[in-house]
Amino acid sequence: MHEDNAFTAAVSLILSGDAVLGEIVRLSLAVSLTALLVSAIIGLPLGAALALARFPGRSFLVVAFNALMGLPPVVAGLMVYLMLSRSGPLGWIGILFTPSAMIVAQSLLITPIIVSLTRQVVEDLWGEYEEQLRSLGSTRLQAIPTLLWDGRFSLITTILAGFGRASAEVGAILIIGGNIAGYTRTMTTAIALETSKGDLALALGLGIILLTITLLLNAAAYATGRIAQKVAG
Amino acid sequence: MHGSFSILPLRAEGLTYNIAGRALVDDISFEIARGTRTIIMGPNGAGKSLTLRLCHGLLKPTLGSVTWNGAAYTEGRKRHAMVFQRPVMLRRSALANLTHALSLTRSSPRDALSRANEALARFGLVELARRPARILSGGEQQRLAMARAWALDPEVLFLDEPTSALDPTATRAVEDMIKAFHADGMTILMTTHDLGQAQRLADEVLFLHRGRILEQTPAKEFFERPRSDAARAFINGELLW
Ligand SMILES: Nc1ncnc2c1ncn2[C@@H]1O[C@H](COP(=O)(O)OP(=O)(O)O)[C@@H](O)[C@H]1O
Ligand SMILES: [Mg+2]
Repeated sequence: MHEDNAFTAAVSLILSGDAVLGEIVRLSLAVSLTALLVSAIIGLPLGAALALARFPGRSFLVVAFNALMGLPPVVAGLMVYLMLSRSGPLGWIGILFTPSAMIVAQSLLITPIIVSLTRQVVEDLWGEYEEQLRSLGSTRLQAIPTLLWDGRFSLITTILAGFGRASAEVGAILIIGGNIAGYTRTMTTAIALETSKGDLALALGLGIILLTITLLLNAAAYATGRIAQKVAG
Repeated sequence: MHGSFSILPLRAEGLTYNIAGRALVDDISFEIARGTRTIIMGPNGAGKSLTLRLCHGLLKPTLGSVTWNGAAYTEGRKRHAMVFQRPVMLRRSALANLTHALSLTRSSPRDALSRANEALARFGLVELARRPARILSGGEQQRLAMARAWALDPEVLFLDEPTSALDPTATRAVEDMIKAFHADGMTILMTTHDLGQAQRLADEVLFLHRGRILEQTPAKEFFERPRSDAARAFINGELLW
């Protein structure tokens, strides 16, 4: 198929609401958004706690989470694969090659981003607020919700960054999900497969949707920053 | 205003604060009686801000002690508050800054809200209630910080150069608030480098120089007949450090 035709075909595929394409997009969003939710629930309090707590080994954890932000998706996939494969320690759960396992793998990728960026945001705010909050009688523990709320705009950007990483990665979900049509096939794994098979229309259609999502994410991050300027000063 | 139980007098005994072996606050002792307005004066770097922070419990003394009404003060809810040179406002509305502070005293949300509104109304800040606190002017923010302190109903208020970053109008507004607090029965311990302000507000002056107390004198007497040479030089504008 010629590229021009592929592009036209891709657009009409999107506009016609193609069922296969729709299902792939739905699954991708479901997996990445669930992973994002899991990571935010773990990462926001953990990041804030890491910012405020003082204990031996804290520096090591800070460096470790920073390093994990750059964890290659295929390596994350491999690690989760080793855990979940039949002979692995968590093999008995039997979720390898299911969307649940993909959520686990993506959570592993996003959580360090949310932890590290949250720690930075909360640490900076604490530096600014510490004296005032202590004067008001706040303990470090009580300061955690205060600082998370006051960092809300930066944290939204952080969460958007996490979602960006999850929705763009292919290595982890390919290994863990297996790219099974109609079950674990996502936008990125489908693009990889369809391109190699030569079905450029579907690949391109998914690519356009992925790009649009990225664009929307960045617009949202930008708008958040502008609103923050107005509201938070 | 607090019934018969008072945390005052506040007593500092042999208060010393060292950093890297240098005594920045050096063995100072004084007593603050209920209902007084005491102004700590002294040249730059004399240890005024450190002394306030030690009394407020933000810093732990290296040696010596701060005691309230005879007992080392460890009660959960603080009965003293502090206003800083630069107000630190949270990234939320003016009203939410007050309710946040009140929630830390274990007030119920309903009580916190009504007390916060009362404080804003008392000091003419109602129009600011919904505005984001951090984009208010410096003077508005400092008045808000004062109202926040007042809402906590402290028995003692510490103020560290509360007007040094403000224009004359805002300075007057803050001074009026300090007078109102005092009229409500609050005990005031503040620092300022503004001699005029000290003369307008002080009942007594605690004069610090190089981390030591040179005198604690009734205000009128301090400005007319200071006991120490350093204080005399300071009043004449000859002692800057
Ligand atoms: N955290 C600190 N580390 C080192 N020196 C400090 C610190 N805080 C205050 N100082 C020094 O202690 C002295 C007294 O400080 P301060 O109480 O702030 O003076 P002031 O009387 O002007 O308020 C100053 O010389 C100041 O430089
Ligand atoms: Mg000072």
